[in-house]
Amino acid sequence: MTDTAWIDAALTSARPQAVGALLRYFRDLDTAEEAFQNASLRALKSWPQNGPPRDPAAWLIMVGRNVAIDDIRRGRKQEPLPEDEAISDLDDAEDALAERLDGSHYRDDILRLLFICCHPDLPATQQIALALRIVSGLTVKQIARAFLVSEAAMEQRITRAKARVASASVPFEAPGAVERTERLAAVAAMIYLIFNEGYSAGGDTAEIRGPLCEEAIRLARLLLRLFQSEPEIMGLTALLLLQHARAAARFDAEGALVLLDDQDRSLWNQQMIAEGLALIDKAMRHRRSGPYQIQAAIAALHARAAKPEDTDWTQIDLLYGALEIMQPSPVVTLNRAVAVSKVRGPQAALEMIEPLGERLSNYFHFFGVRGAFLMQLGRNDEARVAFDRAIALANTSAEAAHIRMHLDQLIRDSQPREKVSKK
Amino acid sequence: MLYAILCYHDEDYVGSWTREQDAAVMNKLAVVQDKLARQGRLGPVARLLPTTSATTLRKDDPPIVIDGPYAETKEQLLGFYVVDCKNLDEALDVARDLGAANPGGAYEIRPVGLFQPGEVAT
Repeated sequence: MTDTAWIDAALTSARPQAVGALLRYFRDLDTAEEAFQNASLRALKSWPQNGPPRDPAAWLIMVGRNVAIDDIRRGRKQEPLPEDEAISDLDDAEDALAERLDGSHYRDDILRLLFICCHPDLPATQQIALALRIVSGLTVKQIARAFLVSEAAMEQRITRAKARVASASVPFEAPGAVERTERLAAVAAMIYLIFNEGYSAGGDTAEIRGPLCEEAIRLARLLLRLFQSEPEIMGLTALLLLQHARAAARFDAEGALVLLDDQDRSLWNQQMIAEGLALIDKAMRHRRSGPYQIQAAIAALHARAAKPEDTDWTQIDLLYGALEIMQPSPVVTLNRAVAVSKVRGPQAALEMIEPLGERLSNYFHFFGVRGAFLMQLGRNDEARVAFDRAIALANTSAEAAHIRMHLDQLIRDSQPREKVSKK
Repeated sequence: MLYAILCYHDEDYVGSWTREQDAAVMNKLAVVQDKLARQGRLGPVARLLPTTSATTLRKDDPPIVIDGPYAETKEQLLGFYVVDCKNLDEALDVARDLGAANPGGAYEIRPVGLFQPGEVAT
């Protein structure tokens, strides 16, 4: 690795802890970020000469804090001085500082940093953008690229989100147990959103947006390291790993979506699968089930099947049933119906999704799945209507291309079978 | 004598490598390993999954199962090699070669007492 590459990696990995601690000192996001920036600049100068410090995060916090306080003292800023307590121990040695960091603080620091990005007033896209900027440290340019918008638009989105967060009061005292659990759930949901932002990308943009999935996995691992005994965080991390393990097989050369049944399973990433399976295994021991664990268990059943026909659809049906009870949603029922079609046939599956029509009337997957069931039942005219609707609702060109493939097949099939399907 | 070379590194740091950076490091390490293998000196090699996947059994009575690695440290045990070396100097040379391919962190070099190669099929 080149000189700057290892420094980049060190800065990236130290960032959540360092910015989190600086935020606790200064209680202002912009000041904390700027302090980290300044510390990073000094690291770029100092580390190549002196070698990396034993504890890069502690180094960055100390330097960042000192520089920011110097700035404030020199009056270059109009902000109020921090409390005396924060200034009085300026000369602390790195070790003493590191010692304090090792206490319970840093865990809540990082959680707080993640949590302020989850402000309920912020739309999901802004939450994600803010987290990628503040916690992950991606540049505005990188984030804009991942979201396929202009840099100026993303800059504006992040600025707006920051203003929103700044005007909201973020509690800085250490959270109680209940509050900590709530924060954890909000942060987990936000990490899942980041992942989906990358995962739902079409084949044409998967290359650009795929890194979002990797970033989400990194954040999930970070969260799990802070909360080692939380089965739902194990479940979340496992879910992301098991889904992302299939990345290389999900699109064909033309960028069209390849369904699970048709994927080349030799392209699945076995190391990610191993890690995902290990985590779901650990989570199950706690016997405290939750939506992420169940979804991860479903993904695990797919990952364990060497061939599509080895898939344990009966078990998947049961797991979706449990998920429906825990988190009732038409989308969950729709997913369950796919398992039902494998276990009990397309007629039973179709009956299961008919009541969802109204609530999912604008949902691409509903019409894709409905069309597939109808096609299996030989009701080709109705299938065509459903597929046409799906194409109209497709979010990506890969989704549309996939449905068109079904339509092509319908057309091919309809010629010799015309008489049979007319009834 | 067999030496275990235990690899310690900051997991967050290693985890923030891009896929390309990770692959580049693994390729460099493979060069060192190939050399040892050709000399018939390379025993088992393992890269461990992240400590988040670890579970610890404390051998209390009754034993207690704890999520996470044995010790919370700044650098974590991420893998190990078993290498046949004449003496400590030679083992240190191997560690230096590995370290040049993958800088940062530390290697703990421990002489092996009992060694059973095992028969696990991978």
